[in-house]
Amino acid sequence: MSEVKEYKYIGQRSIRPDGFEKVTGRANYGSDLNLPGMIWGKILRSPHAHAKILSIDYAKAEALSGVLSIATHDDFPDLPVEAVVAGEGTANLRDLAQNLLADEKVLYHGHAILAVAAISEAIAEKAVNLVEVEYEILKPVLDIREATADDAPILHDDMFTKGLEEVPTVASNVAARTEFRKGDVEVGFADADIIIEREFYTPTVHQGYIEPHATTVSYDESGQSMVWCSTQGHFDVRASTAKLLGLSLNKLKVVASEIGGGFGGKTIVYLEPVAHILSKKSGRPVKMIMSREEVFKGSGPGSATRIWVKIGAKNDGTITAMQSNMSFEAGAFKGSPAMLGGMTIFTPYDVEHMYAECYDVVVNKPKVAAYRAPGAPQAEYAAEMVVSELAAKLDIDPIEFRLQNAAKEGTQTIYGPKMKAVGLVECLEAAKNSPHYQSALKANQGRGIAAGFWFNIGGMSSVTINMNPDGTGTIVEGSPDIGGSRASMQMMAAEATGIAMDKFKPIIADTENVAYNASTGGSRTTFATGMAVIEAGEDIVQQMKERAAAVWNVTAAQVDWIDGVAVNTAAENRLTAAEICAGVGRTGGQISGRANINARGAGPSFAVHVCDVEVDMETGKVDVIRYTAIQDAGKAIHPSYVEGQYQGGAVQGIGWALNEEYVYNEDGILQNPGFLDYRIPLASDLPMIETIIVEVPNAYHPYGVRGVGETGIIPPLAAVAYAVSDAIKAPVTDLPCSPPNVLKIIQSK
Amino acid sequence: MATVFFSSELIKFTGEEQVEVKARDYRALIDELVTRFENLDKAQMMEMAISIDGLILVDPLFEAIEEESEIHFFYFVTGG
Repeated sequence: MSEVKEYKYIGQRSIRPDGFEKVTGRANYGSDLNLPGMIWGKILRSPHAHAKILSIDYAKAEALSGVLSIATHDDFPDLPVEAVVAGEGTANLRDLAQNLLADEKVLYHGHAILAVAAISEAIAEKAVNLVEVEYEILKPVLDIREATADDAPILHDDMFTKGLEEVPTVASNVAARTEFRKGDVEVGFADADIIIEREFYTPTVHQGYIEPHATTVSYDESGQSMVWCSTQGHFDVRASTAKLLGLSLNKLKVVASEIGGGFGGKTIVYLEPVAHILSKKSGRPVKMIMSREEVFKGSGPGSATRIWVKIGAKNDGTITAMQSNMSFEAGAFKGSPAMLGGMTIFTPYDVEHMYAECYDVVVNKPKVAAYRAPGAPQAEYAAEMVVSELAAKLDIDPIEFRLQNAAKEGTQTIYGPKMKAVGLVECLEAAKNSPHYQSALKANQGRGIAAGFWFNIGGMSSVTINMNPDGTGTIVEGSPDIGGSRASMQMMAAEATGIAMDKFKPIIADTENVAYNASTGGSRTTFATGMAVIEAGEDIVQQMKERAAAVWNVTAAQVDWIDGVAVNTAAENRLTAAEICAGVGRTGGQISGRANINARGAGPSFAVHVCDVEVDMETGKVDVIRYTAIQDAGKAIHPSYVEGQYQGGAVQGIGWALNEEYVYNEDGILQNPGFLDYRIPLASDLPMIETIIVEVPNAYHPYGVRGVGETGIIPPLAAVAYAVSDAIKAPVTDLPCSPPNVLKIIQSK
Repeated sequence: MATVFFSSELIKFTGEEQVEVKARDYRALIDELVTRFENLDKAQMMEMAISIDGLILVDPLFEAIEEESEIHFFYFVTGG
């Protein structure tokens, strides 16, 4: 473990630099850009879940006065089978194009078919309704069991299961099989005194970001385009759009607007390439905004899953073997986070024998997208439920049981590497010692404990810090700010340079004004972009010392940099950053720190959540009455935003556990595409989410940072569901724990 | 000699769970592995993440490998 360092700026709870714009409504989001001559794009979506498109007749729409362009799948060039960055991994370009505008088949209710651009929203909407599509309706497959049945309708005739021992000759809805193995589970189960196995179900859920997808694209006669959009990664929007349309990257400038939530769901493109086609055809800027209904129907939710788990333990509490078979719905095109589920499901535990088998299954639902720690919440839900049940059967305190088996430095993971220093034990100890855990429960109340693991990632980030003549500086970064990262960058720049925090202004530059940055996702921004900020800050300090040395006619080695001031101790000379910057013309020109890095050594993080619920035994309604989220941040740069991430993850996970689910009828028609019927938690539904920040530094980051954005959504599913199970004294396996579902369990006892 | 551990997916191509390899850096390691195991796909290997003594790397090329290094290949992870 790294030694505990003292910091001057990081660790404070500073005011966020973008706060005023946001609370006054001046911040510009995805729908806020208006350009001269701008027109509106609207999308025609499939009314069926699975159908062949026999014909599309848009003559009436095209003839409607005010309609300026129409886009269909035929507007995409012939695309190679090539992977592009998309959400939780990569997507096939052809699949991506077919998801944007359907080709020969529609594969889910709401699948985009055609887009119209017109001089007003109303005319565009009217034109969409004039398009005539002839379908041959096919039977939809709406869940894993249907999709894997022997007589299941096949979504893609050219999809054969990858990862099987024998190469299949028959097309299947199972896109891929993957396995992870450590030791020999048969040996481990033979060693166990008690074995529990159960199958769990989690439903399709949406990230629930408040701001719908929106973009404005302006194509000009020179072939240059500007794309304005709400995204977690404008460089990846540029890459996908360019690939899909056969453009070179320097023809596209992508500007990331402020973003009203993403949680993984804004890491892929839905509108931008379509708006580009419409703009190019019409010669006018085109704005497209999804309605809330379109967001539910047409954007990517989190996977529904079926996960079987078997865990064995000795009477003394030692877990001897953990095994799972998990299937993840990918939606209409392959590429669910099943593999990530397999890599994470048992990682909180140091157990000799583990095995996870993972299946990626296509169904007639929207193609899934990343959702905060994609794959881990569902997988770890299943494992944590069985771990808690085992602890209860063995009459061992659930935290002590986890402590006895907890992953720690040196633990070999199921996916290969050994853990470096991690904070699971510290999180469990903090949970055990929390006032919450030591409080008593009353009648009809229950308590759940769950742990969660997520990798966190690094990747490429680029930062330039331009110093001004008055000693202030602009931090030019390219990571869209979702959770307060501007403030964290400001603090790390101050820490690295010794120059006061308020002297730095962080900005998120477009794709032409800063070098490549990977998307804000994978809990990477504070870690990786922060690392680039620190390096750019250190670059500035070195240049400042060289300039001061030039002024004093000494070497840079004779100059110390103390709290933002150059000091030549021997001669008692001092030059502030402002004084050095004021004279840069005479010492060599502008001072500008730069760092273009591929950040290595992301530190995984663990969380432990404690949840108390009270269940109304007559209605099945569950109230969360107390909730504590404990997580290892490595080092909390801005504790308030770290706590915000913990609370946000917990609340989304509570919603997933309690109420959220896509409801389809038997024809595959989504029944609840709106926040009235798809019920995310409201502030009035919840207690204050208590937080405890654990800090076990990541040795690979200068300040010890680990990502914190995703891990917090992993434990709530099991923490809530097990608390319900504890309250009603009956096992819960299927989410959500909505009143009808809970009541059914109570009544079947 | 560094020790390379293969994931379950790679074992299908190598037939071995672990091998000893002498290589001064990542590029030399990949070259050695694809020479030794002809079924290994170099492009696929280069797309995988790697852990060298617990340090997780994406897109390495010149990363030094020590005599006693422990190396794991695994799937590239992104996130939300």
